[in-house]
Amino acid sequence: MEFFRISRTIPFMRHRMALNLISLVFFLAAVILIVVRGFNLSIEFTGGTVIELAYPETAPLVEIRGELETLGYTDFQVQNFGTSRDVLIRLPIAEGQSSADQSQVLMAALTASAPDVTLQRVEFVGPQIGRELVENGLLALLFVIIGIVIYLAIRFEWKFAIAGVVANLHDVVIILGFFALFQWEFSLAVLAGVLAVLGYSVNESVVIMDRIRENFRRLRNVEVSEVIDGAITQTISRTIITHGSTQMMVLAMLIFGGPTLHYFSLALTIGIWFGIYSSIFVAASIALWLGVKREDLVKPVKKDDEAEEVYSEN
Amino acid sequence: MNRYPLWKYLTVLVALIVGFLYTLPNFFGEAPAVQVSSAKSTTKIEPAMLDQVQNVLEQAAIPTTGSNFERNGPVGTVRFRFSTPDEQLKARDVIETALNPDPADPTYTVALNLLPASPEWLSAIGANPMYLGLDLRGGVHFLLQVDMQGALTARYDSVATDLRASFREERIAASNVERDAMSVVAVFQDEQARNRGMAILRSQYPDMSLVEGESQGARSGLPQVTGTLSDAAIATVQNNALKQNITTLHNRINELGVAEPIIQQQGADRIVVQLPGVQDVAKAKEILGRTATLEIRLVDDSPTATAALAAGSVPFGLERYEDTDGRPMLLRRQVILTGENLQDAQAGRDSQTQQPAVHLTLDSKGARIFRDVTRNNIDKRMAILLFEKGKGEVVTAPVIRSEIPGGQVQISGSMTAVDAADISLLLRAGSLAAPMTIIEERTIGPSLGAENISMGFNATLWGFVAVALFMIVYYRLFGLFSAIGLTVNVFLLLSLLSMLQATLTLPGIAAIALTIGMAIDANVLINERIREELRKGESPQNAIQIGFERAWGTILDSNLTTLIVGIALLIFGTGPVRGFAVVHCLGILTSMFTAVVIVRAMVNLSHGGRKKLQGLSIGTVWKPKD
Repeated sequence: MEFFRISRTIPFMRHRMALNLISLVFFLAAVILIVVRGFNLSIEFTGGTVIELAYPETAPLVEIRGELETLGYTDFQVQNFGTSRDVLIRLPIAEGQSSADQSQVLMAALTASAPDVTLQRVEFVGPQIGRELVENGLLALLFVIIGIVIYLAIRFEWKFAIAGVVANLHDVVIILGFFALFQWEFSLAVLAGVLAVLGYSVNESVVIMDRIRENFRRLRNVEVSEVIDGAITQTISRTIITHGSTQMMVLAMLIFGGPTLHYFSLALTIGIWFGIYSSIFVAASIALWLGVKREDLVKPVKKDDEAEEVYSEN
Repeated sequence: MNRYPLWKYLTVLVALIVGFLYTLPNFFGEAPAVQVSSAKSTTKIEPAMLDQVQNVLEQAAIPTTGSNFERNGPVGTVRFRFSTPDEQLKARDVIETALNPDPADPTYTVALNLLPASPEWLSAIGANPMYLGLDLRGGVHFLLQVDMQGALTARYDSVATDLRASFREERIAASNVERDAMSVVAVFQDEQARNRGMAILRSQYPDMSLVEGESQGARSGLPQVTGTLSDAAIATVQNNALKQNITTLHNRINELGVAEPIIQQQGADRIVVQLPGVQDVAKAKEILGRTATLEIRLVDDSPTATAALAAGSVPFGLERYEDTDGRPMLLRRQVILTGENLQDAQAGRDSQTQQPAVHLTLDSKGARIFRDVTRNNIDKRMAILLFEKGKGEVVTAPVIRSEIPGGQVQISGSMTAVDAADISLLLRAGSLAAPMTIIEERTIGPSLGAENISMGFNATLWGFVAVALFMIVYYRLFGLFSAIGLTVNVFLLLSLLSMLQATLTLPGIAAIALTIGMAIDANVLINERIREELRKGESPQNAIQIGFERAWGTILDSNLTTLIVGIALLIFGTGPVRGFAVVHCLGILTSMFTAVVIVRAMVNLSHGGRKKLQGLSIGTVWKPKD
């Protein structure tokens, strides 16, 4: 089986002006969405309420979950706590409601179906932790960006480093934009997913850059944009297959993983597709804008490179 | 050319065997167990306890399937395995009654636990199953109440101590500075002294409200000042106390190696502690219950005090405490230092006499106070008091031999090396700003955990099957190699996690799934490269050689950048993110190894020896028509 029967180089760079404009529009839209709508942060970031209930018999977890859903909660957890009769419910802080109000509304709804239920405890999760999490998240982002720039600058060249990181951030901001647009719950797991996308997306750009460098070595007197087109064309089958496989995995998580992994897999799905797009159309074309040249990547022949050069004369 | 030297095949073989053996324990599940540990810091559990409990069980005719003794630092624990939860419950009750004759004052904690059910020989080679996080297996949940009154009295005590020092430095005639309930009372010799004292108070404690008055009682008629902290200052004290306690709990739990604990503020004066994987309350209590507050005070050994002690009365300004052997002594109420000023306590030996000793390191404020106190009290005794569960006990009361500047303190004398280790551990644990009590403890049921495990497992399994099938269909034999490589990868990853005794959480399972999804990248890179070389007209053997070689550089680059991200997550991540990051980083390493070394070994083994290789089973290699 062979999906990709590409007989000539696809001119990816020909429409880069238009595509880059589209990217820019997407990027700006995402930024605006994030600023205007903000995130629907989970209780890990915002603090929240924990309610403990005691049932005389085994607690009907499924019904409690249904009851909560009708009350409009999304990121809640209902679980047994100690015995099968005790139930622990975690709720995010609702706007304008104290944790006491929340528990009253909830209790009214739950006692309607099970009159014997008793409220054991209402507790409040302070938001201090959230601030720390946000701080650490931003620090991680900064560390990743600096780390990747340094690595790529050493291994390739600064223009590629900048291009790779910009493409990366483009993906991350767009994922965040989706979360802001649809007000999906942004939890710690989603944060991990977003940061993982950072890695996978840069991975993608690196594979293409590697090929660009190799082609520069092999081909002389060829337009830079042609070299890039060639590199992308040669790696496109790998790009699609790898990401297709990752997507299969993520899809399995989306289907079987339950509510905890739901938004995590959504973040990854968006990340995967925009990762493909950005490594083809964003990273390479930014490198091109920055004026990447053959001389940047192919260093003058050194003894060590002899074997490589002998091959390149073919 | 596509042949490995023998040692490379052996490396692969060893990796496969190790990977398999260390993954194995994860499939055996867990057996119910009962665990006995000490309930008091002064009681210790020795291996002899095994026989004692064994006897108790034999008398009650309860069969066990195994037992072990574990020493974690100075803390010993005995565990017994049972075949059914029913026997486990019976055994718990029997052991409880036998070991703790007085239920009101238990010497030992007897608790239910779960132990890995893997066979002995696996445990013997150090192959143990991974821990499962709170989200997968439940765990222990605690609610701790921070004693804010305690934090405030400690604050007032330290204010009083500071003021005494300041007044002495400024030569202000103050006859007494004392904490009186929830205030600081300073009594001065005359009006002028009081005015100067007020100036100091205002500058040093601007947030304190001061009331002038006349002293009552023994120093009747003298001018005095009563200082109370403002509400804002009280809030700050409480907030700081809570934060410091959380930090101390973190350190304490980290020191004892519980992975991914959750320690969070709840409300204004409570702390939630969740210990995933710790199914039994005993160990957790052990960790938390022993957190104690520490105070250093002077011992009053004057003849009047000794006489009073003998008569059973306690003179004013003194308090009666007992040391660990039950000997009473009278301590001044003045607190010289608290655990707040203690930075570290380590067991060691005296550099000259080689006697066991405890070395203390004080912070700069503590060092200054300590220097002054030791200078003025040579040949007197100083007591280190430990408050556990609201009850104070003298850990040690050494004699001050000389002035001690610099904040490096050594306590030595009649102690064994074990005593020194115990004392230093207790002192380290003592740096809580306020005492805490456990007001609620629960074990989180495994219902949600089981649900999460099955969901995570299904997601990984079906994703894996889909990816493997696709690889085989698309790349044929080479796809099969990739699929086998992927399986080995999962085994290696699980075995590494088991060896590290990492805690598996739902995000961790997600990371395993993602690793599988991304690990295939290396295989795809290699296979595509081989196809490309074949397309160019290379011979099959050459194509394999060049394909693996060319792909390696790309694999390395792309994986290293991904690793940078993983490390960032590891450094800055907390809780679930860190669990994700650990698996992510290890997964990158194992997938590089499997794709490049193990898959290559399979290819070499099957193709390397064939000189006249006509083609490769790597799917259709389509060639463009020129």
